[in-house]
Amino acid sequence: MSSTEHSIIAQGLAKRFGRNKAVRDLSFSISKGEIVGFLGPNGAGKSTTLRMLTGILPADRGHLQVCGLSVPTHDREVRKLIGYMPENNPLPDDMRVIEYLRFRAQIKGIPWGERKARIHHAMEVCELHRKARRKIIGTLSKGFRQRVGIADAILSSPAVTILDEPTIGLDPHQVIGIRRLLNNLRGETTVIFSSHILSEVEISCDRILILNQGRLVASGTADELRSEFLPGSRYLLEAAGDKETIRNELKTLGEDWSVEISADSRNGFHEITLVNHDNGSNGEAILERLLKSAGMRVRSFHPVLPNLEDIFLTATRRSWDLSPDEMSESNGRYQQDSR
Amino acid sequence: MIQIYRLTRHELKSLFYTPSTYIAMVLSLLLMGFFYYMTLITISSEEQEQMPPTIFFSLFWVPVLLIVPMLTMRSFAEERRLGTIETLLTAPVQPSQLVAAKFLAAYIFYLLVWVLSIAYPLLTSFVLQQPELNERLFHTGALTGGYLFIATSGALFVSIGIFTSSLTRSQLVAGMLSFSILFMIIVGVAAIHMLKPDLGGSGQLPDAVLDYFQVFRHFDDFSRGLVDTRPFVYYLSGAAGVLGFSVLIIESKR
Repeated sequence: MSSTEHSIIAQGLAKRFGRNKAVRDLSFSISKGEIVGFLGPNGAGKSTTLRMLTGILPADRGHLQVCGLSVPTHDREVRKLIGYMPENNPLPDDMRVIEYLRFRAQIKGIPWGERKARIHHAMEVCELHRKARRKIIGTLSKGFRQRVGIADAILSSPAVTILDEPTIGLDPHQVIGIRRLLNNLRGETTVIFSSHILSEVEISCDRILILNQGRLVASGTADELRSEFLPGSRYLLEAAGDKETIRNELKTLGEDWSVEISADSRNGFHEITLVNHDNGSNGEAILERLLKSAGMRVRSFHPVLPNLEDIFLTATRRSWDLSPDEMSESNGRYQQDSR
Repeated sequence: MIQIYRLTRHELKSLFYTPSTYIAMVLSLLLMGFFYYMTLITISSEEQEQMPPTIFFSLFWVPVLLIVPMLTMRSFAEERRLGTIETLLTAPVQPSQLVAAKFLAAYIFYLLVWVLSIAYPLLTSFVLQQPELNERLFHTGALTGGYLFIATSGALFVSIGIFTSSLTRSQLVAGMLSFSILFMIIVGVAAIHMLKPDLGGSGQLPDAVLDYFQVFRHFDDFSRGLVDTRPFVYYLSGAAGVLGFSVLIIESKR
């Protein structure tokens, strides 16, 4: 694994709190400029992993590199490379936004000459430069507080920006704002963020890492995860005709297609789900056959892609079913994939 | 060094913005004012050997027990409660720099409160308009000794406050802990010295050891103009040690 291509390399990370193993044998790598989403149920080890990346929490075991520097031995240099917004985004309530960002710019060692421009840039990216600029942080809404946290994280134009649950508690408008913000960061920095809003992760991220019980259970782009966890083809069609005739017509597609026909119909049209767990993309051929069939009239036909929620549920459920040996084998596979 | 300066400036700013700091300041100054008034009553009722500043400073421990916990209890406990310590420590800031900055800010504020107490002799002199009294009110030796003692011992007292604040996320617990430790150091050692309890076996603690830790003894020396290196070593090395422990606690509780 080359450290020049990767912003982050983690190998065999482990962390326990008392008897609780928060992170177990976790390995992954993140390339420069990637936007990576960390997913996982509560207690999966997301925040612990992110805190280990920042160097604030030492790992019990394993090797961790940020931009080619080992986190435990180059703690100070690594902190200069990272912009971090912790979970719950703690901020001092009694300071003004601009004062806080000035203070943060100072302690992050941003040179005096660049400070003003960097603060202005961060505030502009986070849309804080208008009304919120001189407001006291304690009086800001949740969405604006999140923006202040993110502005602080990107202030020093870090090589790696780590955002722990940046979209938590935000309304849809604010979530769209954060999405726009992440898009603005694309190409400027490597971004790692954890979130519970799966659609958000799917839209914003280049790659997704799913953690469960402290282990990496899935890694890849949304399409890669789809083909791994929910492979095959799914189509939804609306067709009119007798239920039995429709079923018989669809049986001609082959044994490997399972057919589900809705019990009730809308204006005589039934909703039909076609699933093939092995087949790839043969939608065109199916549509041709359906249009030629005499016993049914097809009104609509479209492929159904499993969403991230389905993938997430399948991946986490599978990790609960796997034995520890199988889990470490699957961990090794993800590590191999990321090389 | 520059980082410590930046952090200290920030800490001082937030101390000035916090109501509890002003409450501590006002209460301490009120208390000091009362003590100064009692000092004036004492010297006017009968001839005293001691100078007014010496009598005033001899009650130093009461304001100390009030100011120090109130000034320091917030420092780390509040940062920990809010979680802002995490954002501070993920910036290129060393725990030792943070501890030093918090100590310096609280120490500067502590000194400021004591410096403001110079207003009492100034006011007395202004109200009484008796130039012959000024020599006693502003006795250079007594004033310098008193302030030097306050500054030196304050380093240890404030560092104890910072240390107790680093132990917990509750300001109240931090305040109570620092009050108790300060009480034991100032009054407890004096009580042991006075009562000289029999510890059995090896006998009593040697007088020299008790003397070395006797805060009131140090005050007597300073107010008599006896500036010895031993109290400096005690307070400054004690402060450095306690701050060192605070750094270890901040490191371990990340």
